[in-house]
Amino acid sequence: MPYTTYLVEKGASHSFVAEAKPPTVTMPRIKALMTGSLPGFVDVVRNLNSPVLLEDNVLRQAAAAGKRIIFYGDETWVRLFPKHFVEHDGTTSFFVSDYTEVDDNVTRHLETVLKRDDWDVLILHYLGLDHIGHLSGPHSPLVGHKLSEMDSVLMKIHLALLSKERASLLPSLLVLCGDHGMSETGSHGASSMEEVSTPLVLISSAFERSPGNARRPRHVQQTDLAATLAIGLGLPIPQSSVGRLLFQVLEGRPMRDQLRFLHLNAVQLSRLLQENVPLYEKDPGFEQFKISERLHGNWIKLYLEENSSEVLLNLGTKVLRQYLDALQSLSLSLSRQVAHYDTYSMAVGAALVLESLAACLWPWSELDVLIVMGTVGHVLSLGASSFIEEEHQTWYFLVSTLCLALCQDVCRKHFLGCSKEDGAPQGDRREEPGPREADPALRDGAVRCAMLEGTGVCGAASAFEALGSAERQMVLASPWAVLCCCRLLRALNQTGVQGAHRPDLGHWLTSSDHKAALSALTAFSLLAVFLLVHRRCSPMSRVVLALGLLGVYCYRAAIGNVMSPWQRGSKDVSKGIMEARFVYVFVLGILFTGTKDLLRSQVAAAGAKARTVGLWEIHSGLVLLAALLLRPHNLPVLVSSLLVQTLMANFIWKPLSHDTAEVTVMHYWFGQAFFYFQGNSNNIATVDISAGFVGLEQYVEGPAVFLTAFATYVGPVLWASHLVNYLSSEASSLPALRHACFCYALVGSVPVSAYVVLVTSLRYHLFIWSVFSPKLLYEGMRALVTAAVCSFFTAADQATLART
Amino acid sequence: MKDPDIKRLLYAHLLCIFSVILSTFIPSIFLENFSILETHLTWLCVCSAFVTAVNLVLYLVVKPKTPSKRSSLSHKVARFLKCCIYFLISCFGFHVIFVLYGAPLIELVLETFLFAVILSTFTTVPCLCLLGPNIRAWLRVFSRNGVTSIWENSLQITTISSIVGAWLGAFPIPLDWERPWQVWPISCTLGATFGYVAGLAISPLWIYWNRKQLTYKNN
Repeated sequence: MPYTTYLVEKGASHSFVAEAKPPTVTMPRIKALMTGSLPGFVDVVRNLNSPVLLEDNVLRQAAAAGKRIIFYGDETWVRLFPKHFVEHDGTTSFFVSDYTEVDDNVTRHLETVLKRDDWDVLILHYLGLDHIGHLSGPHSPLVGHKLSEMDSVLMKIHLALLSKERASLLPSLLVLCGDHGMSETGSHGASSMEEVSTPLVLISSAFERSPGNARRPRHVQQTDLAATLAIGLGLPIPQSSVGRLLFQVLEGRPMRDQLRFLHLNAVQLSRLLQENVPLYEKDPGFEQFKISERLHGNWIKLYLEENSSEVLLNLGTKVLRQYLDALQSLSLSLSRQVAHYDTYSMAVGAALVLESLAACLWPWSELDVLIVMGTVGHVLSLGASSFIEEEHQTWYFLVSTLCLALCQDVCRKHFLGCSKEDGAPQGDRREEPGPREADPALRDGAVRCAMLEGTGVCGAASAFEALGSAERQMVLASPWAVLCCCRLLRALNQTGVQGAHRPDLGHWLTSSDHKAALSALTAFSLLAVFLLVHRRCSPMSRVVLALGLLGVYCYRAAIGNVMSPWQRGSKDVSKGIMEARFVYVFVLGILFTGTKDLLRSQVAAAGAKARTVGLWEIHSGLVLLAALLLRPHNLPVLVSSLLVQTLMANFIWKPLSHDTAEVTVMHYWFGQAFFYFQGNSNNIATVDISAGFVGLEQYVEGPAVFLTAFATYVGPVLWASHLVNYLSSEASSLPALRHACFCYALVGSVPVSAYVVLVTSLRYHLFIWSVFSPKLLYEGMRALVTAAVCSFFTAADQATLART
Repeated sequence: MKDPDIKRLLYAHLLCIFSVILSTFIPSIFLENFSILETHLTWLCVCSAFVTAVNLVLYLVVKPKTPSKRSSLSHKVARFLKCCIYFLISCFGFHVIFVLYGAPLIELVLETFLFAVILSTFTTVPCLCLLGPNIRAWLRVFSRNGVTSIWENSLQITTISSIVGAWLGAFPIPLDWERPWQVWPISCTLGATFGYVAGLAISPLWIYWNRKQLTYKNN
């Protein structure tokens, strides 16, 4: 941005880096810019019902003073300040995949407005850069282009303002600021350094030109802008502003004016302190303010006596510094909130007590103990903000421990089985020729098994005995394979607050240098998805699935994420709507076929087979939709999900005869882990909004919400769908599906209910806005998804019941 | 079992606990700037050396069983080498498990390996000393009802408690308290040590408490 750089380095401007407070989403940030207050400090309940901003703010003061305000840009402003603008044109802020038209809508007014003389304040809110971030991240080539566009707009405005000043002799002020930053992935909402740092540049001919050396921008708070604007425009400072006047803008003024403005700011802050803090007189900021007021009085007396300017200057500087310190302390006291006590120690204490109770649960198998303790431990961990921010670590840890417990289970059964044959080495079991010959060995095994273990394990041991040696080795190796899969996926997407900015494989793949690697990976993943899913489909849906996966690759090639072999050079990237709609047709086709088979199974004689095929086809339809909506670097997550499902179903659950409850909880845990493997977290910033615009021309609320929700919860939904398939194909017991539905609902609703109670009791916590509220939104959404899944279970169960 | 047996067990365990405590204090006499948190890797090496030494001493002096056959020197050396190999295999095995749990693969390799070493010292070395390099015997002891003496019972308890201690020690890692003991692998190694010491302290008491119910199949 050459013009802006010139202004910042050499022009009459002051530049700062303004730190925004979370949540770094547009509406709270606009409130902070205009009112100078923090969302958690003032009572927000008033604003919950009406979107109109009721607190005192700069725009209201300006409108009351008769200033004429014009606004073009994000319609959030129009909703917040409905009556304050004499003229406005709002653009919808939700259509994330458009980044040219939203800005053209603003720029087209610019020509005419800059020539007119009938306004005092002009506010322009450009959305294009934000949308580009959501679409393709901060390192995409579109960003440079957009920034040059913004630079030319800035130049146009600045030159127009300069020409106006020659006519009217009053200096004007151009403020360039941002409402929030952009994280490494291009979204925002949380409190990482890149998201909270925004630029703030104040350009005016009233400032002095700086000397040639480059100045580093100072760090200030975003809330300081409201106080500065109010004083600059001659308006009262908004009542609940906690910001300090940016002193650098007063540099050229006479000392009396400087002290006066600082006094105004200090009085406002001290009054706010008085209202909100009971022991305000003891506050260090208040004491400093009193001292500076007294010194100010002395300075005024000296000034009026027209004493020598040397003494006046020295005293004045001292008063200035005193005021600035007082302002800093006052501002800090007001921004600090109620002290928080992390409930972590209480949670850990409770967890330890419960884990020690596990010793009493010795008669249960280790797997059941792990499942119960894991669920209880997870629910307790929701009380600590660090564990919510890093919830993915909890789930990865639980899943790894689960795999190790399964390993131990498998080894125990394997080695105990082998130790029956005295002297026979490990792998040297002869294959049992048939069930009849195996009977004596099984009986022996059952007897000895009863000696060594509890009686409940006998059935499992005998099912295990019936496996051949190759299958046994697969059974022994599967938990390790699952562990390796999970470890590789962990390296794919770093998520959570501490890890989000660390480089990971996902970043490496999406950078534009490695497009070839990404294309190869995408192609390979889509092929792997086909190989894993097609086996149990009917022939026609197999063909449709293959075509659908091909369509997904074409879509990704059309929008430019991957390279396509038939495109030479870089053509214009399109929105890929046609390809996406083709894939939607295929998805709907497969889902329709599956539902048809499911309904047919209720009626016709070949019930069970058609039912399993139908359910599997519905599953593969969901897999195809997921392949379309997931970002290309996340396709390995989909492949791993299907691979782990296959391995566990064929080599762990069936041979070891786990019961319904255990299988359901394991599905639930894996679903949660895969939710985080994809890159999601308990942060609003990681929701992938661009998935809601796949194949859509413009923003249509219903499909966009559905697609975004599906793309976020792909993990849990696919695992739940696999659970239905697994239990139906078992055909062991009819109540299995109902039992599983109950277990799933229980295991899904216990964390939600406990969390709602926790959030209510933690509502004054320091992190209520940055950590606990986003998590509440996620939990609410997940409860909806769980409810949808359970209704699907019930429908499949009804199909079973109606058949019998 | 008889009470003198339990008393011997108790003294042996007290000696082990004492060795762990010594390992935290003695190196500060010889080395400057020694502390558990600052020079953690040094402490890990020292602690595992002490515990191994004490276990070997107990094995040579207080041996509960005496296999009198085949005690030729070459056989003893072969057994010793086999023990070393098993110990190394268990170190590598633990290292692989930690990496699969999420420890970084390329960075902090020495820290992860030393954590594996100390966990092997707490779990594998007592097994080797008590049961020898005999996988079959290990499997027998760790199946539910296969113990044949109070030493094997206490071995079960200490092994499981050090592994559980290491597992629980992973809990503080995601927290943002920024304490020096939250760095990998300090919280886990301290957890493993506490678990081991707790197991050593609890097992004689538990055996004494349940001495009437415990019966062993003696070979």
